[in-house]
Amino acid sequence: MATIKKTKRPELDEGGMGYLQSLPRRVVTVYLPLLVFVIVLLFPFYWMTITAIKPNHEMTDYANFNPFWVVHPTFEHIRYLLFDTSYPGWLLNTIIISTAATFLSLLAAVFAAYAIERLRFSGARQVGLAIFLSYLVPPSILFIPLSVMVFNLGLYDTPFALILTYPTFLVPFCTWLLMGYFRSIPFELEECALIDGASRWQILTKIVLPLSVPGLISAGIFAFTLSWNEFIYALTFIQSSENKTVPVGVLTELVRSDVYEWGALMAGALIGSLPVVVLYSFFVEHYVSSMTGAVKE
Amino acid sequence: MAVSSAAVQPRPSILSRSLSLLADSRNALGFGFMLPAAALLLVFLTYPLGLGIWLGFTDARIGRPGIFIGIENYQYLSDDAVFWLSVFNTLLYTISASILKFALGLWLALILNQNLPFKSFFRAIVLLPWVVPTVLSAIAFWWIYDSQFSILSWALMEMGLIDHRINFLGDPENARASVIAANVWRGIPFVAITLLAGLQTIPQSLYEAATLDGASRWQLFRFVTLPLLTPIIAITMTFSVLFTFTDFQLIYVLTRGGPVNATHLMATLSFQRGISGGQLGEGAAIAVAMIPFLLAAILFSYFGLQRRKWQQGGGD
Repeated sequence: MATIKKTKRPELDEGGMGYLQSLPRRVVTVYLPLLVFVIVLLFPFYWMTITAIKPNHEMTDYANFNPFWVVHPTFEHIRYLLFDTSYPGWLLNTIIISTAATFLSLLAAVFAAYAIERLRFSGARQVGLAIFLSYLVPPSILFIPLSVMVFNLGLYDTPFALILTYPTFLVPFCTWLLMGYFRSIPFELEECALIDGASRWQILTKIVLPLSVPGLISAGIFAFTLSWNEFIYALTFIQSSENKTVPVGVLTELVRSDVYEWGALMAGALIGSLPVVVLYSFFVEHYVSSMTGAVKE
Repeated sequence: MAVSSAAVQPRPSILSRSLSLLADSRNALGFGFMLPAAALLLVFLTYPLGLGIWLGFTDARIGRPGIFIGIENYQYLSDDAVFWLSVFNTLLYTISASILKFALGLWLALILNQNLPFKSFFRAIVLLPWVVPTVLSAIAFWWIYDSQFSILSWALMEMGLIDHRINFLGDPENARASVIAANVWRGIPFVAITLLAGLQTIPQSLYEAATLDGASRWQLFRFVTLPLLTPIIAITMTFSVLFTFTDFQLIYVLTRGGPVNATHLMATLSFQRGISGGQLGEGAAIAVAMIPFLLAAILFSYFGLQRRKWQQGGGD
């Protein structure tokens, strides 16, 4: 929906009445604040990167080395992280758990969104509202009772504890997003298919789903990112080092006693962020437009 | 699949006919389609929500199912100074961070809405703090706030603005300001990008008409932009407030509630008492105590939205 609106807008309109502003005024009101925003928002990433490749003697010696630069870059911290710690295992765990939770949530969300938006069964509106409300239930309220459940179900310290609990925040979100997408598909297409004798299942798999691939991709990316970033459940439900996810592992295993391995910590944070950043940069257009689309509903 | 292929067959048997009837019935089909999502949410969301409220009335501990003790947990908490401190901290954290996020996010959205070179590039990189895992960026902040090697202290000292290192996380007031700053840093992109989406739905012709009527730059913002943006502001800020109020990760990484509980939020206190301390019942009671605040925030924004609809001539 959002994408349609955006592409329909003539390019000339984009700047609005910006041409009325003089250049010096624009520098002060637009470019300068933008520069400050960008520097502040990106500085922690720069600092993360520069620390990750800085040798230890440079890292704390501010008198002889400018801390904003690195004189002798080293991959020692990254090597240590990848070969002397369980980091690769955490990375693998996170990938498996995020992928499984995303797949499960998307599957459930596609059916739910189609049923609410297009089957219009009686009570569909109320169910849609309930799903929206369930998105507002924060994990901070649920983690204690869920930990009791996870323990009683015998899932404690297994990846399934996370794969099954992540959908609690992924399903509402994906359903909500996909409902918006399905709404933008013309009803007439489905009517034609119905007249041609297609079943509801065929309509869903042959008409609606192919048309909503962009929506599915963005819902998938959102879900994957959210499960990748999840922390409180992973911290509570997983105990053994080899089952941890990246955020929990970096925080609980790399921080030892009072000697902080800042280089390795920053390398861990950086490498743990890269997959979501790369994924997101490939689909940034989907991402922004679907976010704006979901909000516009 | 069997159901669907039966529907197009020329001569259906009685069984397949009744199946195809079922497949055509919107309610039966709707029920079937809703089943996976409903099962997941009922089992892992609705049930734990109820279980959490029940646990709040018991003295459950880790490894021992509790017995019903009425409102004893809440009575205990109402006399607990640390609990009330965490309520105060949570409110302070939520209110100040939300106001800052809103003001700075709106400002950034207005800037990004201008005709800029590399516009999509800026929009993309501005979202970065929101995309990377909070825990990992919080670890970067931990290093930035380090008491000995803080880059901020160093830079300010080099510029001659301060004469000794700032103890970012060791001093109660500084620690509060530091965690709020980190939260604002992470929250600005979300607010900015959603408000930007709202800004783009405002037709340029309104601005042109207002300019012809002699509106100043401030009046354009106050009487055109702001009223049309209100619904989306309400939604965005509701989400922002809810997620800030229930924040856990940032505090857990940066301070774990310290120094002297000055940054303990209700969520971190609930974790500390419930999981680390093993008092599941008490932890659950603290979590349940968050619910009234959350409901208040949701209702506030809901009625805020309603009023706006009515003002714009929508239905009641």
